[in-house]
Amino acid sequence: MSKEEILNMEARFERYVAEENKVEPKDWMPEKYRKTLIRQISQHAHSEVVGMLPEANWISRAPSLRRKVALLAKVQDEAGHGLYLYSAAETLGADRQQLVEDLLSGKAKYSSIFNYPTPTWADMGAIGWLVDGAAIANQVMLCRTSYGPYARAMVKICKEESFHQRQGYEIMMALAAGTPAQKKMAQDALNRWWWPSLMMFGPTDDHSPNSAQSMKWRIKRKSNDELRQEFIDKTVPQAEFIGLSIPDPDLKWNAERGHYDFGEINWDEFYNVIAGNGKCNRERLAARNKAHDEGKWVREAANAYAEKQRVRQQKQTSAA
Amino acid sequence: MSKNDNWKIWEVFIRSKNGISHKHVGSLHAPDAEMAIKNARDVYTRRSEGISIWVVPSESITASRPDEKEPLFAPADDKVYRHPTFYEIPDEIGHM
Repeated sequence: MSKEEILNMEARFERYVAEENKVEPKDWMPEKYRKTLIRQISQHAHSEVVGMLPEANWISRAPSLRRKVALLAKVQDEAGHGLYLYSAAETLGADRQQLVEDLLSGKAKYSSIFNYPTPTWADMGAIGWLVDGAAIANQVMLCRTSYGPYARAMVKICKEESFHQRQGYEIMMALAAGTPAQKKMAQDALNRWWWPSLMMFGPTDDHSPNSAQSMKWRIKRKSNDELRQEFIDKTVPQAEFIGLSIPDPDLKWNAERGHYDFGEINWDEFYNVIAGNGKCNRERLAARNKAHDEGKWVREAANAYAEKQRVRQQKQTSAA
Repeated sequence: MSKNDNWKIWEVFIRSKNGISHKHVGSLHAPDAEMAIKNARDVYTRRSEGISIWVVPSESITASRPDEKEPLFAPADDKVYRHPTFYEIPDEIGHM
């Protein structure tokens, strides 16, 4: 195709998605649209997979059987969500083995939030309530993303995630209504997770260079700042309801805007964790690699079994 | 990772209940059909979404090409007489 033809196709593509039409795997799409999606979807998949680690930390020490089955189911869901997303990336021509290798080698990025530690049980509450809450705000928007397989994966994920947030809030609610020590533990978790949760939405709009193109392509439907504000407005009353306070002295309802004003986010911390210097970056990657290596014999056994079945079937067919 | 770990892709279809046809829900990797069914159970039916699973190797599916959309489907667009509303029936007749 000539350069002019490609430009024509790209203009037509932009009109097509602007009219709210969906793009399916075999349709023509700009190369950059495909690349952007593969990067975004695979990072999202990696985040689901690494996201299992901070919570897996507490499965064996959950305070009751009810909490334990819930946490177990939630972590299993995250594995499933990672898989839906890898599948969506594959429809764009990405190779899953390559994606997994990029995660294990540290080349690929995942959400920084999972590089924070989970030292107390209240962290399970804070993660479900805040981290999943922030993820849901983003994912609800992505249910209307222009790429069909990604949108469909998101619909499935959103349906499952709402239990995650509710179970987290329930944990916080129980702790906040408990002994003074328990309430203190809940407040401490909120203090540690609040700001990193706000960072999950990414840099402010004026520092997010790729956002404009993603909005144009209808990959993103709302800006980082819009989503962050939405999350804050929804979450503050939830904290008030259980008597916990948001660790932000500048947080204040602004009647004129109809939104909460909030304090400055520490972006140095954000970029520092992305650069690999968070508390748990190394630990997370090491745990992922260990799990992958320890699963090697399972993959080999599955291969050997499949091969044996194949040979047996072949023999039967040739005998008959 | 060995080359063997790159298991082939299977498309998964689930019947949510009897009386409804199997519907495509997504895909997964597995070394053989038996494992594909087991994986599909874990990945796509954690909340009682189904009572029957089909798995089909992706490579076995032949799909129409998007650039053939015109010649394949356009001929149906101008055949309004294939729809019941094309025919004028007096109101007195009622539902037909």
